[in-house]
Amino acid sequence: MNLASLLVGAVQLALVVLGGPLLLGLMRVVRSRLEGRVGPPVSQPWRDIAKLARKQRTRPSESSWIFAVAPLVLVATAATVAVLAPLVTLAPPLASSTDFIAVIFVLLVGSVALALAALDTATAFGGMGASRALTIGALVEPALLVAVLALSMPLHSTNLIAIVANGSRHASTLLGPSHLLALCSFIVVILAESGRLPVDNPSTHLELTMIYEALILEYSGPDLAAVTLGESMRLAIWLGLFVNLVAPVGIAATAHPLALVVGLVALTLKVVVVGIVVAIFEVTTAKLRLFRLPELLAGGFILAVLGVVTGAVMR
Amino acid sequence: MIVLALVAGLGVLATLTALVPRAVRVKLVAGLLGLVEIVGGATAIRVLATNHAIVGHTSSLVPFTGVRIDLTPLGALFTLTTAVVAIAATIHWVGYRRHAMSSVSLSSAFALFVTSLLLVPAAGDIVTFLVLWEVMALSSLVLVAHDHAKRDETRQAAWWYGAMTQGGAALITLGLVVLGGHAANPSFSAIAASASHLPAATRGAVFLVLLVGFGSKAGLVPAHVWLPRAHAEAPAPASALLSGAMVNLGIYGIVLARTLLGVGATWWWLVAGFFGVISALYGSLYAATSTDLKRLLAYSTSDNMGLVVIGLSASGLFAAHNAAASSLALIATLVLVTAHALYKSTLFLGAGSVQYATDERDLDRLGGLARTMPVTTAVIVVGALAVAALPPLNGFGAEWLVVQSLVHGLSGADPVTTVATAVFVAALALTGGLTIVAFVKAVGVGFLGRARSESAEHAREVPVSMRIAPAITAAACVALGVAPGLAITAISRASDAVAPNRSGLTATLSGFHLQALRSAVDPLALALGAVAAALVVAGLRRAGGPRTGAKLRVFEPWGSGRAVTSARMQYTATSFAEPLQRVFDDVLAPQHDLDVSHVLESRYYVERVAYASANDDIVERRLYRPVLALAAVLGVRARGLANGSVHRYLAYGFVVLVIALVVVS
Repeated sequence: MNLASLLVGAVQLALVVLGGPLLLGLMRVVRSRLEGRVGPPVSQPWRDIAKLARKQRTRPSESSWIFAVAPLVLVATAATVAVLAPLVTLAPPLASSTDFIAVIFVLLVGSVALALAALDTATAFGGMGASRALTIGALVEPALLVAVLALSMPLHSTNLIAIVANGSRHASTLLGPSHLLALCSFIVVILAESGRLPVDNPSTHLELTMIYEALILEYSGPDLAAVTLGESMRLAIWLGLFVNLVAPVGIAATAHPLALVVGLVALTLKVVVVGIVVAIFEVTTAKLRLFRLPELLAGGFILAVLGVVTGAVMR
Repeated sequence: MIVLALVAGLGVLATLTALVPRAVRVKLVAGLLGLVEIVGGATAIRVLATNHAIVGHTSSLVPFTGVRIDLTPLGALFTLTTAVVAIAATIHWVGYRRHAMSSVSLSSAFALFVTSLLLVPAAGDIVTFLVLWEVMALSSLVLVAHDHAKRDETRQAAWWYGAMTQGGAALITLGLVVLGGHAANPSFSAIAASASHLPAATRGAVFLVLLVGFGSKAGLVPAHVWLPRAHAEAPAPASALLSGAMVNLGIYGIVLARTLLGVGATWWWLVAGFFGVISALYGSLYAATSTDLKRLLAYSTSDNMGLVVIGLSASGLFAAHNAAASSLALIATLVLVTAHALYKSTLFLGAGSVQYATDERDLDRLGGLARTMPVTTAVIVVGALAVAALPPLNGFGAEWLVVQSLVHGLSGADPVTTVATAVFVAALALTGGLTIVAFVKAVGVGFLGRARSESAEHAREVPVSMRIAPAITAAACVALGVAPGLAITAISRASDAVAPNRSGLTATLSGFHLQALRSAVDPLALALGAVAAALVVAGLRRAGGPRTGAKLRVFEPWGSGRAVTSARMQYTATSFAEPLQRVFDDVLAPQHDLDVSHVLESRYYVERVAYASANDDIVERRLYRPVLALAAVLGVRARGLANGSVHRYLAYGFVVLVIALVVVS
């Protein structure tokens, strides 16, 4: 870890922190336009965060330290991943130990903290959100880990940077059936992990149908600002990782300033495109019933298993 | 040899000390026992540090064979783990005695149990091993049965445990005796030397017998049925030992079988892997749906031992084509065993503290303990995050290593091994997800929110010794999590004793590095980064808020506009797991019973609704109950054979003698 890589990490962090809420805003604008509405400006999530940050903090009467700590954990874990993951560059700090599984599990810590905080509020909604979110999380896990296994097969390494670097060096591996199948399963995983349609409707206001909104119902003021920021950072990270696994075009191989600028622009463009695609997809699909979700997630799992099997056969 | 004799001697002394008057009994026995644990642990550390086994033989004590001691680095790792868990359990016991476990029989049983747990891995021949194994089984049986006079559940648990442990021991004896019959003497080293000359079929059969025998001790499905009963009913210090130390010895036994028999055929490990996968999934599913805190922990033990056996099977499967992945899997397995011992004893001791304070184990009658019992809640949170394999705790490093070995083992694997490996990874992942559900439920419903019962509301923090004990193991979970390098030398020496280490695994103080795999993980850096980021956000949050007035307001949570909130509006453990239970309805087959009675005048008015649901162990219901019912029927029928006539009995004896003579000739 040297100064240059730390600087690179700071650039990535800044991009994710600043860009996350804007990505959320962009997706909302796209949805509104397609639904025939004008919609809020792209910068609306940032305005919300700024407004919330100026308000009084609140906490439910029965809550404990867990409720106060969870937003911090959510943002901190997302920030850690933002620094370490290969988003803008292949040379972030600690490149040799940026492990795919470690990245997934660090993000998982944030989800678990939020679920515990929801139970800490002592309300039915909190429990409902936590129960549903974790049930989905448990069922996503096999698809996710087997997809990682498929992606790591060509190199026999779960080092995330090595996987992305391999894709950017040997573009042919990106079109291999094993890689493609794993990425298809990854799409399902991302939709579930970031609470998008058809898994969860991020813009619902009916308590009984929501998952994520029920989870954070009791947060307000600066805490809600932190939760919103953390959640948008996670969305940006998942999409950023996805685009770099699909097409690591333009990712900076070194910490050279020019390469970094190219990487920054390339990542932004790619994530914007994928964000718009996800938003369009969300307009055209309905939310699945909660108990239909296992079928979707099992589909993702089977794609990942097929990825491993084809990977083994093709070798 | 002398130090081990010292351990045994002091252990026996501690057992006898239980006869002193009640006022000083527990403190005196615990003091002596602490000495036993420290000497045992220090001996194990010396073996691991010098990498020299302690070997000895004395022809006295046991007729014909004598006592043979052979504490290899592998055994020393298990002894050391046991010693750490036992120190915590003994400290916990000092406070817990006011609740239970202060009688002569239980004090002496506890001392004997700890001593035998420390010594089993040091046994160097069949007879010594089996004698110590039986002492361990019987002393723990006394502990499980501690409350037999008052609780029917305890009696049931003791029956199940006793029957299963003796059945397992019979199988182990059978397997070891077959091996010993072909060896020059009953020592393990002689058996290991001669076993390779046995026909492959015999070796396979012995492996299966030992796998089932030791697997039942480790709580592998379907031989797990005793575990959720016994671990839940035993007093807390004993539960911690059962789950943190005794089940490990089942795993030790399976590793021992491998050292005695060699790696063997692929099908051995496919069978073992099958049981591992089943145990992991079944255990985690039941942990996710149980509502009793200690039962949940017990099912999670079954699940973790399943993962351990998956690791062992991967090691066996990869041995033929990929020595590096094979030895990595073995190391990962041992890391997982030690990690599990630490976090599960933390959790069981914490659960014991909760039981001490509230007299409750049912999650639906707990809650709100985070404010009344902050220390206990904190250790439970650490244990829960560790068992959920979240970084930076020790469970994460263990799970990471297992996955690494599986990823690596795919290179050069044949189709069968490839499919098995993919199944292992999927099982590991689903288990991980279900474990998170289980432990978020345990912490969230059991400790957070509003108190769900009177006794939980008036809970007070437990005595200091009961706060220290789980804090020790919790601290070890954190320490070995952020600095896995602390233990990896010892663990790789232990695995060296089974198969030479070719994994290329190195560990700095802060992380694991696998040069050959270009993989590494650095939990310390992750933790430091996250903590730094959290501090920055906390600073920003503090800086935010209104310019004037209070920064924090406490309010009633949102109840859909209703002003009344009550503890019964919260999610319960049952409702929390309901979605999962529905998803896995076919596997769990929970029993529902809805009984609606109407008023006499009209069927449109309901007078009373009774709803009962039970989610009992399906293996027990579908596999054991029919067998037991059949045995009971046969038993009743067999009464007809014994009608009291002496002539008839003499005739039976004669017939049996004739049959025996025919068979022998």
